[in-house]
Amino acid sequence: MLEVTGCSNFDELWRKAGLNFPHPALTVPEGKSEFEVSSKLERLAGKNHTHLVNFVGLGYYDHIIPAAVGEICGRSEFYTAYTPYQPEASQGTLQAIYEYQSAISRLTAMPVVNASLYDGGTALFEAMMMAVRITRKRRAVISGAVSPIFRKMIQCYSGNLDIELVEIPAVGVISAQDKLLEAIDDATACVIIQYPNVFGTLEDWSNFVEEVHKKKALAICSTYPLALPVITPPGEMGFDIVTAEGQSLGIPLSFGGPYLGVMAVQEKHMRRMPGRICGRTLDKNNKESYVLTLQAREQHIRRENAMSNICSNENLCALSALVYMSCMGKQGMIDVAQLCAAKAVFARNELLKIDGVEAVGEEPFFNEFVIQLPEDAAEITGRLIDKGFAPGFPLGRYYPERSNQLLIAVTEKRTREDIKSLANALEAVL
Amino acid sequence: MKLIFDISKPGRRGSTIPAADVPLTSNIPENLKRKAPAELPEVSELDAIRHFTLLSRMNMGVDTHFYPLGSCTMKYNPKMHERVATLPGFANLHPLLPQLRHGAALTQGALAVIYEAEMILNELLGFARSTMQPLAGSHGELSGVMLIAAYHKDRNDLQRKTMLIPDAAHGTNPASAAVAGFSTKVVATDTNGNVDINDLKKQLGPDTAGLMLTCPNTLGLFDPNVSEICRLVHDAGGLMYCDGANFNAIIGRLRPGDIGFDVMHVNLHKTFATPHGGGGPGSGPVGVAECLVPYLPVSIIEKRPDGSYALEYERQKSIGYIAPFYGNFGVILKAYAYMLSMGAEGFRRVSENAVLNANYIRAKLAPYYAQAYDRTCMHECVFSASKQAANGVHALDIAKALIDRGFHPPTIYFPMIVPEALMIEPTETESIETIDEFIDAMIDIAKAAEADPDSLTSCPLTTPVSRPDEARAARSPDLSA
Repeated sequence: MLEVTGCSNFDELWRKAGLNFPHPALTVPEGKSEFEVSSKLERLAGKNHTHLVNFVGLGYYDHIIPAAVGEICGRSEFYTAYTPYQPEASQGTLQAIYEYQSAISRLTAMPVVNASLYDGGTALFEAMMMAVRITRKRRAVISGAVSPIFRKMIQCYSGNLDIELVEIPAVGVISAQDKLLEAIDDATACVIIQYPNVFGTLEDWSNFVEEVHKKKALAICSTYPLALPVITPPGEMGFDIVTAEGQSLGIPLSFGGPYLGVMAVQEKHMRRMPGRICGRTLDKNNKESYVLTLQAREQHIRRENAMSNICSNENLCALSALVYMSCMGKQGMIDVAQLCAAKAVFARNELLKIDGVEAVGEEPFFNEFVIQLPEDAAEITGRLIDKGFAPGFPLGRYYPERSNQLLIAVTEKRTREDIKSLANALEAVL
Repeated sequence: MKLIFDISKPGRRGSTIPAADVPLTSNIPENLKRKAPAELPEVSELDAIRHFTLLSRMNMGVDTHFYPLGSCTMKYNPKMHERVATLPGFANLHPLLPQLRHGAALTQGALAVIYEAEMILNELLGFARSTMQPLAGSHGELSGVMLIAAYHKDRNDLQRKTMLIPDAAHGTNPASAAVAGFSTKVVATDTNGNVDINDLKKQLGPDTAGLMLTCPNTLGLFDPNVSEICRLVHDAGGLMYCDGANFNAIIGRLRPGDIGFDVMHVNLHKTFATPHGGGGPGSGPVGVAECLVPYLPVSIIEKRPDGSYALEYERQKSIGYIAPFYGNFGVILKAYAYMLSMGAEGFRRVSENAVLNANYIRAKLAPYYAQAYDRTCMHECVFSASKQAANGVHALDIAKALIDRGFHPPTIYFPMIVPEALMIEPTETESIETIDEFIDAMIDIAKAAEADPDSLTSCPLTTPVSRPDEARAARSPDLSA
């Protein structure tokens, strides 16, 4: 092959290509065989303790994933393809995206869904920027009951953008709806809330959204997809933009990613939405077919004036979510959500029986709730980890004034026994 | 094909879940209970599996077809990586565990993967440290230019608000710079496909924050003036950003940190053989020179003297949280497996063969297609279908004709500065036999463009659908069922 290129060796090829730098001396580990590499990684996997009985959530949950999800996403016709720029050669990916958009639309009761963004936090930032573009205002009011991780991400991205972020602290486990409304002024583009909120609390936002609209701002909701089969969907409350971390829809925890940024918007905002969107159309023979559409919004055409710098989506994760929602199905999704909610109620009752453990508020919640411990929650968490439980997330990490509060998530995977054992273990370490 | 919703039958389901072992009560108040159920599919597991399996067969992928999509580096994705990523010790690990007291000791394997992958990447790039957190290439770009912004701000050099970007750059470059708060100025490309040095000199000034240079560039060319470009930008007080989308061309052969770049992203889903997933998840780690280390996003992972790994969140000058956790761990893990498999010698062979394969195609197709620039290329070669366009056969038609001949098309109409662009990137993992078959198909198409151009404009004929009506899709959007 070298002769065809007119070179007698690689150095000549590099030289002709204009690369005249000396070869670097690299100190990287010597290449190993497949067996050696997989053995090494199996050893490393063994150093991670996934046997802990897990009650940690904070937006990232340990749910059952049907085997079918991994099987379908493991089909290399899906995972070794790229962005469906050639629709005729990518109808599988495109129809799957269209079905994903449809399923999320039905789940959230929002009409327009994109093909996905990176994760829940980047999706929420993109939602805020969308509101900034739509309203041409540069101020955002955000509830302190929104995931602290998402708020930190939004702060980070807003740093260079001349956007004023106003944070309204939560009261107990409740979002301060009145204060959020008061904080809206003429320069405010949007209000950002979370439902169920980061403490797990369920709140009615219908009237709130109306008030936000009266003040000419947009209402943005970050939600938890697996709660939606049983709670009023945010679309019915009138939100303009709904985002979510989609990990709960059949995507493994995988130590932080890849996850799924869900975004859904009202129809009037469709052409201001970032990210890829798949549409159904007809081909030359009037046959139904699918394409990426509304591309005039995107960076490869608009460059510095694009809606966002986002190029890819989290396609395979969106496929996971679609297969998950299909296999769980209409009733299975409801059943899972009901199980989560019931087990959370049971767990809270069991834990509150312990001397020194107190409730934080009596508001309704979905599958996550806060308890007050008599000592530092981080310290108690450490003691319980030594006993084989990841008992929850100590809120002091992000809310210093809540150092004795523990946020506990219960999924359908936790048994009555798991919950009882946690209660016993907690009682023992107090 | 029917939608999954259309094969739905009331009462069918494709999953089982444990029976309730607690009272099925909830405290969801009446006003917040969902009234009408979400109309999700009602299908058996077999219905679902058959539906999605049939869908998958309507795709071309690297495992089924040669996929020379320029600038996307569609190399083979070794199967061991996929298996390793599903090990329960990785897949079931909660990202918050190491942030809990006594939790870090229980996640040492995962922290080791991220740290050790970073160390190898640092060595390959010639940089002090990297952040593995960016979730995609363009997210890496954004993170990288945010580091540049933080650097100037920290030095109180507040007038540096302009990012210079060559006209050949990918659209994400200017878009990322804009999201990081920069205005952008375009630098022209000269007649040889390099940065126009005179134009660059004109654009540089006290407002220059930096230059985003793709190296090798998006024309598949190595700019022989890269050292001078770095010097000019540095002399003007700017920093050099390297878009590493094309790092596959130089991996093991050249370390961008050695030649003057200050910050760079790489795409693990390109150079480091992790799958593209039909458009993600990707991963876009960013390497930096010493001067930018203080600004790296939190957390970074440190190795302690006792050999254990720990998350470091207390970093005063850090730009903050660009991702919820430590990056797309599942993707980083596959890239780490690749790094361990390759070694220095393996990496050298990657870039050599990637460049050789592209130049082989360039030489063989040069008599049939106009070259954008008649010079030795790096890992991809860019042609213009200008000769064929004169006969009414456009780059798009050539792409569709390739599909009928059993090949995924190259990238078309990019870079935008090449009319009728066809950008071919074979990668190092393809055999000469496959490449020869592709060359034959391209020659066949070139001949048909002369002899029977009409035969090409109706392609593809072998696919589940013919060309979709994109104008209709955008005019009356049908985005969900």
